[in-house]
Amino acid sequence: MNPPAVHCHQIHRHFGNGDTRVHVLRGIDFTAASGQITFLAGPSGCGKTTLISVIAGLLQPSSGSVSLFGRDLASMPPDDAVRLRRKDIGFVFQQYHLIPALSVAENVAVPLLAASMKRRDALEQASAILDKLGLGDRLHQPPARLSGGQQQRVALARALVHQPRLVICDEPTAALDHETGHRVMELLAASAVHPDRAVLVVSHDNRIFHFADAIAHMDDGIITHIDHPNATTTA
Amino acid sequence: MYFVALRMLSADKAKYLGLVFAIAFSTFLLENQTSIFAGIMKRTANRILDVTDAEVWVMDPATQYFDETKALKDTDLLRVRAVPGVAWAVRLLKDLPVARTASGRFNQAIVIGLDDATLTGAPRRMLLGSWDRLREPNSIIIDEAGFRLLFPSTPLRTGDTLELNDRRATIVGISDAAAPFTNFPIMHARYSEAREFRGRERSQLSFVLARPQPGISPNDLANRISSTTGLRARSSLDFAWDCIRYYMANTGIPVNFGITIAIAIIVGLVVSGQTFYLFTVENLRQFAALKAIGVTNPTLARMVLLQAAVAGFSGFAIGTGMAALFFETFSRQLATRGIILLWQNAAGVAALMALVVLAAAALSLRKVLQLEPAAVFRS
Repeated sequence: MNPPAVHCHQIHRHFGNGDTRVHVLRGIDFTAASGQITFLAGPSGCGKTTLISVIAGLLQPSSGSVSLFGRDLASMPPDDAVRLRRKDIGFVFQQYHLIPALSVAENVAVPLLAASMKRRDALEQASAILDKLGLGDRLHQPPARLSGGQQQRVALARALVHQPRLVICDEPTAALDHETGHRVMELLAASAVHPDRAVLVVSHDNRIFHFADAIAHMDDGIITHIDHPNATTTA
Repeated sequence: MYFVALRMLSADKAKYLGLVFAIAFSTFLLENQTSIFAGIMKRTANRILDVTDAEVWVMDPATQYFDETKALKDTDLLRVRAVPGVAWAVRLLKDLPVARTASGRFNQAIVIGLDDATLTGAPRRMLLGSWDRLREPNSIIIDEAGFRLLFPSTPLRTGDTLELNDRRATIVGISDAAAPFTNFPIMHARYSEAREFRGRERSQLSFVLARPQPGISPNDLANRISSTTGLRARSSLDFAWDCIRYYMANTGIPVNFGITIAIAIIVGLVVSGQTFYLFTVENLRQFAALKAIGVTNPTLARMVLLQAAVAGFSGFAIGTGMAALFFETFSRQLATRGIILLWQNAAGVAALMALVVLAAAALSLRKVLQLEPAAVFRS
């Protein structure tokens, strides 16, 4: 049996000190199973973004532990943590964060280049996935010439091109209209779901909740409850 | 990842060009000012460096530099000749009479009186005529700039006459003498002729020029002459540096150039440093995204350093090109002749600009390395 993609145990995270100290995560226990799309939902400021930053190893928790596919992040040397992020995690950011100076294909190739793949090979792989996502005719265009939906598909291609085991998406549909957002989620579901892979989506867009295998609802730094929309039981 | 760094650098053309031209103009200003300074300083020693056949200059102990001399006694020449190790020694006169043309133009001139027999110290680079014609009576050789100053709109030619201390002198040659510190014409004549141009002063010997026998270095001979005669003797190179040092220590030239050079360094550092820093700050989100994706800090550091190096090298190359063009143009003008872009100046400026760019990169790098990759999740 595959270990859970993400397992968080009693995660606390606070910022600042003294009077300005803010306790953002207040003891999170959370598991995202492999082979599933798990949503983190909740109002703005409830700690969703902080939690995925901790899960991705971009922020250290103040206390508690995180493991990805059975590997404890805290016990990993920093270089291994970066290597894990480069190899096993794909990111889709709310603001896309595509590099304007690069073409669409070059943007998608960045994770492969970061892993020291040769430029020509990286661009070939990037072109192949862009073709699958319907952007085969936009390979050499700068991202600024694309619509918001197309840019999000490029960001999705960048997140998937190196076949990561965990894809973390932050509000992937927030800047998109309903139809485009729906198409992006379909692509994500089709491309990322695999028995030893997982997708973690932060969103408060309830129009896409039906894509979720599990929805962890957060409020004020804790997970209040977990729904399983496509199952008969709830947590 | 290096091509990503280069694309990021050149993506905003206006900022990139601003950065490159800030470095280019600093480079140009630094190379321009340091080379002009070096050229002007070298002019103070050009009369010495132009004399290639003698290697030791002997003068009164009170004489510090070429342009202001205390006369030697005629017997000093014989004393120098008697020093062991002297292959030969000849006299040299330097004077500043007023030269007048038939049309009424006049200008103070530097007249160099050469040993009648050997013409040691005669200009070897001639544009017209021959230095050997100095043996003709009442003859002088004048430099090109001096000719053009005294005979404007006249093509270079021999045969024109000048009046020097009520004596007529005929131009028998035009030399390509190196530019003096002032704009005075440089005239060469035989010692016996030059003495007549001088006027009423009793003593006429400015310098004794000597050459060591084979196996003796100019410095050794200079030391021997000094200790034997009590006169001041210097090798040509040492005396040239004496002149340069005199002007450095006793004029405001180094301070004036120093201020300009300091401003060029500060402006270069501040403008290029700030532009590069702002460029990095504006790209922080992209660096944060790269960091989140798994690009390591050493790779990001190499990317920033590459960006700085490319901007720095491009700016330096353009600035040096501009400086080369400037000197190529102005070194052909008579007033600025001989002032050239020295490779030592270009190398020094290259090292300085490398420091400027490294400092700018270090500031930016600090920002990138301290960057919190989780920033990419903040909208």
